[in-house]
Amino acid sequence: MLTNKIFLRKTKRGNILKIVREHYLRDDIYCGSEFCNDCDHESHDKVLSEQPTSKSRLYPFPHYLVLDTNAVLDHIDVFEEDVLTDIVVLYTVLDEVKHKSSSVYKKFREVIADKSRNIYIFVNEHHRDTYVARQPGESANDRNDRAIRVATKWYDNHLKETKRRVRAVLLTDDADNKRKALEEGILVCSAAEYVKSLTEHPTLQDKLSHKNYETESNKVAIYPPHLTPTQIHQGIKDGVLHQGAFAASRENYLEGSVNVEGYEKFVLVQGRDGLNRAVDGDIVAIEIFPEEKWTAPSEIILQDDNENPDDNLEEEANFLPQIKPSDSADRSPTGKIVGIIRRKWRQYCGILQPNFLQGATRHIFVPAERKIPKIRIETRQAEQLNMQRIIVAIDQWPRHSRYPKGHFVRALGPLGDKATENEVLLLEHDVPHSKFSEEVLSFLPKLPWTITDDDIACRVDLRDICICSVDPPGCTDIDDALHCRRLSNGNLEVGVHIADVSHFIRPGNALDKEAALRATTVYLVDKRIDMVPELLSSNLCSLRGNEVRFAFSCIWEVDDEANILHTKFHKSIIESKKAMTYEEAQLIIDDASQQHDIATSLRNLNKLAKILKRRRIESGALVLASPEIRFQIDNETHDPIEVEAKKMRETNSMVEEFMLLANVSVAEKIEKEFPECAMLRRHPEPPQTNFEPLVKAGRNQGRNLRCLFFLSLAIILYGGPGFEIETSTGRKLAISLDEAVKTDNPYFNTMLRILATRCMMQAVYFISGTTQRPEFFHYGLAAPIYTHFTSPIRRYADIIVHRLLAACIGADSTYPELLDKRKTSALCNNLNYRNRMAQYAGRASVALNTHLFFKGRTQEEEGYVLFVRKNALQVLIPKFGLEGTIYVSGKKGQGKKFDVKFVYNEEEHTQQCGNIVFHSFDPVTVRLSLDTSNVQHEKLVLQLVKPYIEGFSVRSITEEESNQPMDEPMPLAPKRKTRGGRDDNVKSKKKTK
Amino acid sequence: MSGHDLISEQGLRLDGRRANELRRIQCKLGVFSQPDGSAYLEQGNTKVLAAVYGPHQAAAKKSNHEEVIVNCQYSMATFSTGERKNRPRGDRKSQEMTIHLRQALSAAIKLELYPKSQIDIFIEVLQADGGNYCASINAATLALIDAGIALKEYVCACTASLANGDIPMMDISHLEEVSGGPTLTVASLPNSHRIAFMEMSQRFHLDHLPKVLKTALAGCKEVQVILDKAVREHLAHVGSAGDWQNVGK
Repeated sequence: MLTNKIFLRKTKRGNILKIVREHYLRDDIYCGSEFCNDCDHESHDKVLSEQPTSKSRLYPFPHYLVLDTNAVLDHIDVFEEDVLTDIVVLYTVLDEVKHKSSSVYKKFREVIADKSRNIYIFVNEHHRDTYVARQPGESANDRNDRAIRVATKWYDNHLKETKRRVRAVLLTDDADNKRKALEEGILVCSAAEYVKSLTEHPTLQDKLSHKNYETESNKVAIYPPHLTPTQIHQGIKDGVLHQGAFAASRENYLEGSVNVEGYEKFVLVQGRDGLNRAVDGDIVAIEIFPEEKWTAPSEIILQDDNENPDDNLEEEANFLPQIKPSDSADRSPTGKIVGIIRRKWRQYCGILQPNFLQGATRHIFVPAERKIPKIRIETRQAEQLNMQRIIVAIDQWPRHSRYPKGHFVRALGPLGDKATENEVLLLEHDVPHSKFSEEVLSFLPKLPWTITDDDIACRVDLRDICICSVDPPGCTDIDDALHCRRLSNGNLEVGVHIADVSHFIRPGNALDKEAALRATTVYLVDKRIDMVPELLSSNLCSLRGNEVRFAFSCIWEVDDEANILHTKFHKSIIESKKAMTYEEAQLIIDDASQQHDIATSLRNLNKLAKILKRRRIESGALVLASPEIRFQIDNETHDPIEVEAKKMRETNSMVEEFMLLANVSVAEKIEKEFPECAMLRRHPEPPQTNFEPLVKAGRNQGRNLRCLFFLSLAIILYGGPGFEIETSTGRKLAISLDEAVKTDNPYFNTMLRILATRCMMQAVYFISGTTQRPEFFHYGLAAPIYTHFTSPIRRYADIIVHRLLAACIGADSTYPELLDKRKTSALCNNLNYRNRMAQYAGRASVALNTHLFFKGRTQEEEGYVLFVRKNALQVLIPKFGLEGTIYVSGKKGQGKKFDVKFVYNEEEHTQQCGNIVFHSFDPVTVRLSLDTSNVQHEKLVLQLVKPYIEGFSVRSITEEESNQPMDEPMPLAPKRKTRGGRDDNVKSKKKTK
Repeated sequence: MSGHDLISEQGLRLDGRRANELRRIQCKLGVFSQPDGSAYLEQGNTKVLAAVYGPHQAAAKKSNHEEVIVNCQYSMATFSTGERKNRPRGDRKSQEMTIHLRQALSAAIKLELYPKSQIDIFIEVLQADGGNYCASINAATLALIDAGIALKEYVCACTASLANGDIPMMDISHLEEVSGGPTLTVASLPNSHRIAFMEMSQRFHLDHLPKVLKTALAGCKEVQVILDKAVREHLAHVGSAGDWQNVGK
């Protein structure tokens, strides 16, 4: 087996270290072709077909393709189409792809895994005949190129018989490699040439990447050049440059920020030169300016509305804030991007910008995500794609091009179609939403499901206890139920019963892996993307009324003051006596005439919950707000017909309180038993700088009251300055939020809480062994330790916690992956990522439905000014939880001017027009409508109704129907509220209706 | 290093071996004339010299009436690792290694045959590339045989680990040691299926133990075959003057 040849590889690193590694060359690596009789490999290893049919005009004889690394990296979209088959992938290439781009590598692996494509991985690096040693003076790249050529040559000669032969064709985009290959007599061409020679597949050309390796053309460069990797490396080493992830601004396309380690604030980058072709998410090298050149974020909202496909630039100086040395408080570190360390380009959903030239092939693509710049693509199918949602990938961004260049990947479906829009939403948020595969479904329990004696033997029978569940209306995945009864010693026994999902999902099988990948159930307005198949989520695991189900129970013995005397956990069999909605439960509690078991137990629970809540708030838990709404969906058209804000009842908080209690109890238990590998959840305390907008808003409130609107009131009620929001601890924050109440503006407090929510950090899952004990703290709940235990049907973290807890109490055994800190940490990362994405997807879905709701209707609504910007007012409409923008001054150079002039006061953050002043939190009335003038890009439009400003506001519909003072409405793209993420406190449950 | 696959999809490890393959083992007996027995063994890039002195009379203090005293000394050369490092004799690591070596070797030697005596075994690692303990044991076995000390049978050692948290791998190299999971080191007496010594570098789940142990033991067996062949060749060579090579044919 072993060829017993040792090659030494010597590498140097750090303080010159000689590493000697063995490299075994083998004679048992085969060519993988059915054609070959020499290699004695098993038939199932023969992947390449015996006589591949040639589709190419260039090579009209049977041949296999051998790919160079650059061909794979640049044209991965071509290979994703199943046109090209019978491909040899060299190990050298695979390795290079892996190191250069993990995203391409992932896609490429999927392509390779497709059995029908006949793709064979040839381990040339360990093959006796194809291994090449690096020669003195040869670069690693040249060696790899040579290795590829040697392997191609080997294939070409290996597959030769006296009469017939299969050739090997090398696809490479590297001119040098191509030249050398020609010299060595290898069949070689570039990927583009090969694809163009496929006469039967003309559309494949669209997917070719348009990267050219030529040096900068003679066009005028718009952007400054990027530094070379070595310069960047040196710069970072010397401390001149810094590394960080670039985040584009949603509001201003010429602004963004970079999160640099060692700086408390984000480093601001502004202007085209400053951004220098960075795309949201890229890891960039940044040069930070000296402190006197620092600026503040511009307060304007700017969208790239340019319809011109050419490279003309508008004047940008006007949009940049003037540097004022005086107000140093507002200034943040500023810098410019000088190089890109790693691109984080992905594929983007969006639409084509209409091109008025008939039959043109060059088009501009507008991504749905506002943070992403427009992309220039070439396609011959513009006619068909015009009214479709499409996916595009970025190839490169040369200096002379205003927009990045990309290519078309695939079409999703017609614009405005509900299914397409949902698809876009799911794709943009990377939500796995394909159907469950046969393999996954094979691990489901067989119906009819029966309970065996063994099951009963290892569980506590609680079927005769009066257990009930309380959930939102229409909820089918009931994962928690409660009970409460008086014990003979006078204490109360409270039980939380959670669906025993881990009984059905066994570790390591396909079902478990799929659930771990999905991580969470995603709730869209009209659709639910399940984490586990429906049989489990809505039937076997769901604790439905009057059905016998398995549960994992957490039982406390408490006294009437809600002090916990004893806690125990066990698996159980329960039979829920009633599945109620929040409303029903509330009615039972309130109706004193009802005295049955359920009613008394609910009342006791409610009483205890109130005590628990009070105690929690006293210890510093925050009550935050985020406007939540729900749609009433038309049964037939599935269009939203009515919107209402979600109501919070006492019962909501009752259920929530016991879920929190269960989570905390379980967290303590599993942390004690598994100090190294318990899966917990923490919510880090936000850095004080995060609170700045909140503190500022509170302070400004005092001055706001000088506003004419409330002048008289203000004098009477408030003489002093605004509200001082204390943020040093969670407790102080909670108190000062409670105190900031304005009698004249009932929504004011809620607005402050909304702002506070945005200051928060994201709560995350983590493994106890990876973090220091004091950092376990959950800031929002003011709990020293916390986890998720109560929703295993819709969250994977809960399943893991269930398994840990089951191991703690000896109900189940552990398995290797559960106790492997590295693996569970990796799992946590996925869970956190998916959860964040699921949240964003949910919000985006609400936004989409708001949009649909306004189709063909105009409505006037109460709103509040959330922020005052330099050129706009940001308005929050509580009823829709919608945030929109009213531009008060047109963009310079576009002739959009109003008759009235607004004056922006930078000190106090106000906009003044005549004698009307707008402050943050001021109530306004706005008219909402949908601007459908551009079919491709419908926008929600906000117009001011009240306070009425002549020449700017629109008359209220009731007052005047016909007269529209403004012929051109101000565009607005709807945006959801609540960026920050605190999911536990605000709502412990979220379910579809 | 979770992104690091120790075994590729094609079933090859980082250095091109398959999961159940040993590194190349080359060995030679009788490399020095001063000691009573000596051996040199290469297991991949791990290179070890072993020298055996004795049995000779033990010092009165240490002397044991029942059995022989086995004295080991393990040391690593300054140049044995990538980074040059002065390694004083008798540092903690070597001491531990010494004890472990003595344990395994004592299990193989027929101790009761040499009362009031002492056997000194010196082991020097010239190059370390993972599996130092195994190479040391294997070299010491050969040196003991070369010294003509009565053994119950060969004592052979091999390591095993888990690749990608699942597949057991035999004979772990240094690179795999540092990037992979826990390493199980086993010294066994392969013919009688007994384990003389077993050590784990980290923890892994109990479920993995049987298959990893099985792999390590299989490795020991393979090592024994190689050692046995070397011993036979050596004897044939030594005795060639007396026409020994035809003995037993």
